[in-house]
Amino acid sequence: MGFAYDFDWGVLWRQPYGIWLLQGLWLTIKIGFLAWIIALFLGILVGTLRVTPWRWLRFLSAAYTEIFRNIPFLVQLFFWYYAGPMIFGEDLGRQINRIMGLNFYVAILALGLYTASRVAEHMRAGFASISTDQYQAVLSTGMTHYQMYRYVIIPYALRIILPPLTTEFLTIFKNSSVAMTIGVAELTFMSYRIDSETFHGLEATSGAMLIYLILGLTVVRVMSIIEAKFKIPGMIGR
Amino acid sequence: MFDAVTRNLTFLLGGFWVTLQLTAFALLGGIALGALVGLGRISKNKWIYQPVTLYVNFLRNVPLILVIFWFYFVMPIIAGRPLDPFLSAIISFIIFEATYFGEIFRAGYQSISKDLTAAAFSTGMTYSQTARYILIPIAFRRMLPSLITQSIVTFQDTSLAFVIGLQEFVRRTSIVDNLEVRSIQLFGFVAVVFFIFCFIGSKISRHFEEKGRKTGLL
Repeated sequence: MGFAYDFDWGVLWRQPYGIWLLQGLWLTIKIGFLAWIIALFLGILVGTLRVTPWRWLRFLSAAYTEIFRNIPFLVQLFFWYYAGPMIFGEDLGRQINRIMGLNFYVAILALGLYTASRVAEHMRAGFASISTDQYQAVLSTGMTHYQMYRYVIIPYALRIILPPLTTEFLTIFKNSSVAMTIGVAELTFMSYRIDSETFHGLEATSGAMLIYLILGLTVVRVMSIIEAKFKIPGMIGR
Repeated sequence: MFDAVTRNLTFLLGGFWVTLQLTAFALLGGIALGALVGLGRISKNKWIYQPVTLYVNFLRNVPLILVIFWFYFVMPIIAGRPLDPFLSAIISFIIFEATYFGEIFRAGYQSISKDLTAAAFSTGMTYSQTARYILIPIAFRRMLPSLITQSIVTFQDTSLAFVIGLQEFVRRTSIVDNLEVRSIQLFGFVAVVFFIFCFIGSKISRHFEEKGRKTGLL
């Protein structure tokens, strides 16, 4: 043992550091929820388009999933944050850059778009697990394709893929930590900030880990109630 | 059009080389440790099973960035001297990815039925022959698609070493972007390079998955 390290767990509750962690947690929850709304709606849409009869829509949605799955989220986030505004040209780009809290919105959008590709893949697996008889049965009742997906297939597939969606929902809070790289003051950012002020990063990051763990356990608890409520009778749960 | 990329190509590709090295070490260590973690997860000895399960469940529930920071802070305390960020990053990746590889190995080990072992024994094979010629090849082929997929994830994850200042691909790109201010082409370039590698990797994984399904392995 070279130099001794003086543990100071007090940084976890001494002010202002304790409140920093809580503020960070609040931002992590906000980013996670808002990104999840984008991910869920866009993911259901993209996943459904992948099984529709129209070829070019299938191609577009497949391209979406491949692009967003095969590029690291950090690179995607940087692209939207640094290059995104420039897509609209120099002048408009500069104006967009002046928006207050731009990094917060970009983080939500980027995380939502990224997670949507993962939700879409689960949707596709959900559709694949529904037998073709069911599709034919629905169409034979005189429903249109749109009605079939809207009222039968999508609700059914969503109930099937609820467990993997829970995992995705947990992952979105973990992935929101990447937003610290563009200066969003979420939980991981705050634990690092405590280190730069106190040099007690070990205690701060350990505390942050514990908070993520509690957040994850809470999500699992809530989701298991939802899963029990929506499980398809006769199908074996996980 | 691509002036900023071509002007800094050697510097950028040097960063990509660091990314490849990080990936190689993370995969070697992560898969080796993962094979052991998988064994621990099916162990009947609770003194092995419980700590390993705790380790896996804990790390799978915290963000990788935080793990990278944590090791960055804890390593100097253990080593007693400041540690190279490259070494610190490799250690965090190995310990983190091993939990994901561990679950793949666990599923692979569990997919081997007792009947298969019994059938091999009945032909007169010894235990080591059974393992060498029957169990390991079958389990390996079953795990291969997941192992490749997780390797692609690890490759993408190495970009997060950015946060401790390691000059990998993304960090070097952002250094260049600070000077050149050509964000679209620079980050577009990184995205395309990552995409090509990961897309090919995912196609290979899907190929083995299809093959396994056709031969009734999966």
